Amino acid sequence: MNVLIDNLPKIISGFWLTVQLLVVSGIVATLLGTLLAGMRVSPVPVLQRAGTAYVTVFRNTPLLIVFLIIVTGLPAVGLQYSFFVRAIISLSLYTSAFVCEALRSGINAIQAGQAEAARAIGMTFGQSLRLIVLPQAFRAVVPPLASILIALTKNTAIAEVFGVTEASYQLDSLVRDFPTALWWLFAGIAFGYMIIVFLIAGGASLLERRWTVTR
Amino acid sequence: MRKSSLRLLGAGLVAALALTACGSSGGGQTDVKVAENPKFPAGSSMEKFAKAKKIKIGIKFDQPGIGYKKPGTDTPTGFDVAMAEIIAGGMGIEPKNIEWVETVSKNREPFLQKGTVDLVLASYSITPERRQVVGQAGPYFVTGQGLLIRKDDKSIKSGADLKGKKVCSVTGSTSLKQVEEKYGANPAPFGSYSECVTQLKNKSVDAVTTDEAILQGYAAEDKDLVTVGKPFTEERYGIGFKKGDTGMCKYLTDSINKSVSDGDWKKAFDATLGKATDVKAPAAPKPDPSCQ
Repeated sequence: MNVLIDNLPKIISGFWLTVQLLVVSGIVATLLGTLLAGMRVSPVPVLQRAGTAYVTVFRNTPLLIVFLIIVTGLPAVGLQYSFFVRAIISLSLYTSAFVCEALRSGINAIQAGQAEAARAIGMTFGQSLRLIVLPQAFRAVVPPLASILIALTKNTAIAEVFGVTEASYQLDSLVRDFPTALWWLFAGIAFGYMIIVFLIAGGASLLERRWTVTR
Repeated sequence: MRKSSLRLLGAGLVAALALTACGSSGGGQTDVKVAENPKFPAGSSMEKFAKAKKIKIGIKFDQPGIGYKKPGTDTPTGFDVAMAEIIAGGMGIEPKNIEWVETVSKNREPFLQKGTVDLVLASYSITPERRQVVGQAGPYFVTGQGLLIRKDDKSIKSGADLKGKKVCSVTGSTSLKQVEEKYGANPAPFGSYSECVTQLKNKSVDAVTTDEAILQGYAAEDKDLVTVGKPFTEERYGIGFKKGDTGMCKYLTDSINKSVSDGDWKKAFDATLGKATDVKAPAAPKPDPSCQ
């Protein structure tokens, strides 16, 4: 127990990085995923195929491989970002494919009549998507989106072998220095992740209650 | 093209490829003297190995210059390998009759205890904790934590220049802690040393740190990299054997001393780690006289 209290500054700094990874890549992935979902349901075949190709590639590639490609590949083509930024890019590229698919399922859940009505009053595809379809789709997919964010929280741990000293890295260093306090350390770090996950889950159920649409 | 797509698949593979391209050194390159009909006390383990004309030796497979197995080859190369051939040669065992077993850091003690290997030469630092469970003769080589940098980087000359610099080593390693606490460096943890070297070469980190001998191996394979400064810890590489085999310990200690006095030790060093630019053979080690 003392080992956790004594090393609290290290643990907190590790979790601060974890939260930063989560929030930034969560926002980027949601924006990118929404764009991709729009592409996949758009009437333009080229956009549809591009969206499908993106989702197929990133959903079927292990995150570790995405990290390897981004972390080693970007400098090879002359793009020199910090390890933190490279981790954000990897996590966002990977997670956005899942956000896209969750959102697409939400879009499919909306009755076709909604989009048809929007077209009938003269809205363009973009307007109908932005004003009619997506707002309803987001409401429908709060639970799966929360699951994706929870997975993302845990996925940030991979960054510990790609130059980012986040929470899991702090666990590894503390286990090295205090091998006798193994269980306390594991429990302490796991508890930290659990707090983050509970916050996401709590937020999601709050939104779900507020946004319930009676059909 | 093939190389660049592999790079995307794995940093380790890239390093391996790069190393392959540069050629390798060690095993079999120093003409090992194989003793004819060596005499050993009856019942000793040396007599057993000499009679069987074979022995199982544990080494690392992933440390260029020390213990390294090129992908697609059967024989490992490096200083540990060359020393192992000298030791085996003294028992009348031809290098080709040595069975090389990969030992990673975590399995060296269990492999010795269970007899999976007969000896271990695997950048195996002598420590009091290890000597409680296995025997360690030597040291046959003394190194310490060092720094590997790009040759064109003039801003780092020793550990003192590391403040605020990004320094790479394996996640959770003591080396990383040392540079962070001693010199205020920013730790950049990675999965393996070869990935660290990749990040050093593409300028994402400023230095790589671990045992200097390991770093010298990388420097020997890559002309753009160089080791700098004095080692800031002391690691004494010993030969691991089954605990309690004092006869073996005496034989190993005598063999190390003999290889130093007849020049085989220096030959082995020059053919492997000594290939690194700016690295001269260090003072020959003095093995601990008392066997444990």
